[in-house]
Amino acid sequence: MDRNPQNSFQDMILALHDFWSANGCLILQPYDMRMGAGTFHTATTLRALGPEPWNAAFVQPCRRPTDGRYGENPNRLQHYYQYQVILKPSPPDIQDLYLESLRVIGIDPLKHDIRFVEDDWESPTLGAWGLGWEVWCDGMEVTQFTYFQQMGGFDCKPVAGELTYGLERLAMYIQGVDNVYDLDFNGHGVSYGDVFLENEKQMSKWNFEVAETDALFDLFNKAEAECRNALANEVPIAAYEQAVEASHIFNLLQARGVISVQERASYMGRVRDLARGSCEAHMAKEAPVWAEKYPEWSA
Amino acid sequence: MSDFLLELRSEEIPARMQAGARAELEKLFRREMEGAGISPSEVTVWSTPRRLALIARGLPEATQAVSEELKGPPVGAPDQALEGFCRKAGVDKADLQTRDVKGRATYFAVKNIPGRATRDLLAEAIPAIIRDFSWPKSMRWGAASISTESLRWVRPLSGIVALLGEELVECEVHGATSGWVTLGHRFHHSGDITIGSAADYAEKLRACHVIVDHEERQDLIRSGAAKVASEAGLKLVEDEGLVIENAGLTEWPVPLLGRFEEDFLEVPPETIQLTARVNQKYFVCEDDRGNLANAFICTANIEAEDGGARVVDGNRKVLAARLSDARFFWDVDRKKSLAEHAKGLERITFHEKLGTVADKVERVAKLARWLVEEGIVKPTSVRPEPVEGLSFTAESAPEEKSGASTSSARTVSELADMAEQAARLAKADLVTEMVGEFPELQGLMGGYYARAEGLPDAVAGAIRDHYKPVGQGDDVPTAPVTVALSLADKLDTLFGFFEIGELPTGSKDPFALRRAAIAVIRLVEANQVRALVSEIARSWSTDKTVGPGLQVEDFLQDRLGVMMKDAGVRYDVVQASTDLGTRLDGDVWRVRRRAAALQSFLGTEDGANLLAGYKRAANILKKEDWHGIEGEIAHTGEEDPLSQVDDPDMKAVIDAKMSDRHAKELSYEPEPAEKALMDALAKSEPAAAVAIDAEDFSGAMAALAALRAPIDRFFEEVTVNADEENKRAHRLDLLAAFRAAVHKVADFSRIEG
Repeated sequence: MDRNPQNSFQDMILALHDFWSANGCLILQPYDMRMGAGTFHTATTLRALGPEPWNAAFVQPCRRPTDGRYGENPNRLQHYYQYQVILKPSPPDIQDLYLESLRVIGIDPLKHDIRFVEDDWESPTLGAWGLGWEVWCDGMEVTQFTYFQQMGGFDCKPVAGELTYGLERLAMYIQGVDNVYDLDFNGHGVSYGDVFLENEKQMSKWNFEVAETDALFDLFNKAEAECRNALANEVPIAAYEQAVEASHIFNLLQARGVISVQERASYMGRVRDLARGSCEAHMAKEAPVWAEKYPEWSA
Repeated sequence: MSDFLLELRSEEIPARMQAGARAELEKLFRREMEGAGISPSEVTVWSTPRRLALIARGLPEATQAVSEELKGPPVGAPDQALEGFCRKAGVDKADLQTRDVKGRATYFAVKNIPGRATRDLLAEAIPAIIRDFSWPKSMRWGAASISTESLRWVRPLSGIVALLGEELVECEVHGATSGWVTLGHRFHHSGDITIGSAADYAEKLRACHVIVDHEERQDLIRSGAAKVASEAGLKLVEDEGLVIENAGLTEWPVPLLGRFEEDFLEVPPETIQLTARVNQKYFVCEDDRGNLANAFICTANIEAEDGGARVVDGNRKVLAARLSDARFFWDVDRKKSLAEHAKGLERITFHEKLGTVADKVERVAKLARWLVEEGIVKPTSVRPEPVEGLSFTAESAPEEKSGASTSSARTVSELADMAEQAARLAKADLVTEMVGEFPELQGLMGGYYARAEGLPDAVAGAIRDHYKPVGQGDDVPTAPVTVALSLADKLDTLFGFFEIGELPTGSKDPFALRRAAIAVIRLVEANQVRALVSEIARSWSTDKTVGPGLQVEDFLQDRLGVMMKDAGVRYDVVQASTDLGTRLDGDVWRVRRRAAALQSFLGTEDGANLLAGYKRAANILKKEDWHGIEGEIAHTGEEDPLSQVDDPDMKAVIDAKMSDRHAKELSYEPEPAEKALMDALAKSEPAAAVAIDAEDFSGAMAALAALRAPIDRFFEEVTVNADEENKRAHRLDLLAAFRAAVHKVADFSRIEG
């Protein structure tokens, strides 16, 4: 069946799936938790550790409570989609593959000005950093392109290349619409607004005004405790999930404006400890297996 | 002789790193060549986002053979010593030669180092250059990165072209091998390009849409942007930083002009310019009246098939989204008054030992008011008088741009109220959305918001300008409200950080205290603020102690010295003007004028001769250990007796002694030259004193100039060390009085020559 990525949000996603599937990626599904970025998906974070080759692509819904605009801003959403590709080790033709994927969804680099503009990535929360670019299409950032150097405080051996496409932005660009809610979702007249506008209104209100803050503080503490419980019982993947949970609760507390500047650093430190602790435990658990399978690798 | 070409291709190199990378490439290449005995004369380095290139012209085909002699131990030395020498020299014992050295047979190792082919040297140099290359940040990549020992580069290194003449320099670095083949423009050219030699490199690339010379790309952007602006009837706002950055982002730069909706011009123009520049790397334009126009210029990296219409349209949309954000911030921020915003400052820590920004605001508000009430900052704006030839105050002092004259405070109490009000609101913009997004706009946005809520122009102007002066060329505020606020803000910072001992060390000045000190000096200077910082600290403190005030004053004095030297004042003149005997003059305004007058006086014939006379008098007094009138009082031999002239308690005693002495008739008839000097001193000394009191330093110098002829004549005609003790004593006293008179104007003992 013919894809029509130029007129349909879902076809654009399917075209990317086709492309990356044809180029050897597993097509995964979103992680079933609320998270701030696709990078939090275990297919990115935990898989970036260790020597095993890993090639995967997936859509990840992202929640950024403070970016909510009650459905009134044409460019900002508290819930949106990222398309993640992770290629480990980073292949020599990764830039060419990426540019080919843009052609597949209808961006011709001789009609549009594509640029790789320096943008290094760092997530203190994950103890991670990488070098790379934001990719510009006619001045608009459409993709974050990163060579992971460290994750969870560990050197990435080997280095993974991560591509993060901003799907709504790309679709707005390709479809030529100025308002995200005007995107054609399916190519048959159902708009993005039909699907999500009401969610944005309600969730913005809940994020900023309604969410019960005492309960959120409580949830944060519980996630922290549960993470430690999981670590103590040597189930690092479960621990990592609790770190992701704590991170999102912290973002909600921020949106509610109940965390002072001084407290902010302390909360971020707590989330970081959970995330890094989980990565360390994952590493400790897997390292002997990896070392046996890949003699040239060491932790 | 051959030309050498090296191209190191990589994925996109950050624009900001390219200049440093070019310098690094040339440095390392020269290091390698010079180490091998080749001195490359002409080396050219170029960069694009995807390649670094170096061309060295006229390299020899091979290095010269050299013969090296090493002197070893004498014949008959222990075997161990001989073996050690052979090992070190890398020769066989059998190959050693013996020579006579001062009558002793001595071993010599003679090493003939053959010349080497340059091509071989280059093959070794290239991997060394790549390995030692220092990038601000570097990374690993690909399968090899399973080891952390793998090659590091700024982004993945993808290819090497290395040709000496038309021959390949074969080398391999971590899997990348050298060759003839490179790539052209990422989109305008597909497939390989085979380079023949350094001679055809740039032109072959040009044919494939790559302008490898960064300066040529910069020129294209500079002239291209100006051209599209003028075609639209506008004037480009020049921005060299953007030219260089865009040249670092493109291999085939094409400046394109687009328009944004005119409605956006309602937000402050600085925010438009900043968002265009920082976020999008666009140039902006002005109309013929110098107002910001609704146009932007982006620099594309392609020659688009449709002439760039789509590219421009895409960029326009992105800018519109950015400007919508700016307008959103502008609208949202204005929904609250600055006073309401200011409440948010309680949540921002200024420094853990100095409290929140709200705490600082409270201190500054009180200090600003106090500076006015004490008359330190006066209600009328002072038009700064430039110090002759040596001014570091901008020639045209900035008038209040907002037409403050109509609403400026007229009375001390009005001014005090305004200063306090401005201080309480000055930091409020730090918690606005706009400044959160663009921290560079602090102050400026506060000024806009103040005006938008109808605050007096003088208050809005003070909020806008209170960070000034920031850099060297920055305007110095002269509007009284601004001066009070700016001075209070900086003094509070200085007092606070000195109090908690957070002082600048070496090159580290994390709280920008040096900048604050320079700002205080320039404010004081431009506005004739006549108060010692130590006195401000004393009066201002609750317990009436100087606290860190003296330290801050010393700190300012140091900065002032540096500033004066930078402005061309001689080092010794700085010393002579600040250091009056043992007393430091902490009054910036006075020091500057004294120094200016002194330096120009010393440049005159009178000045130079008077200095010579002063030195002669001082030498005689020193040789004779003569301390004059002052020397008779409590002379312990330790302190500088001259200091007592300035001690108010001693003044009465000295005056009494002086009049006592003068009451006595001279016991002999003074020689004419002696009498002439006495008379001249009697006139010049009070004249200089009057001038000093009036801070007319040129006048004081002129009064001293009148002493020049009498002192010259005195030395010519009068014998100081007369046989008669009364004559000798009187003449030494006379010289001491001359020295004292000169010292009241400046410390001439500090002057060299």
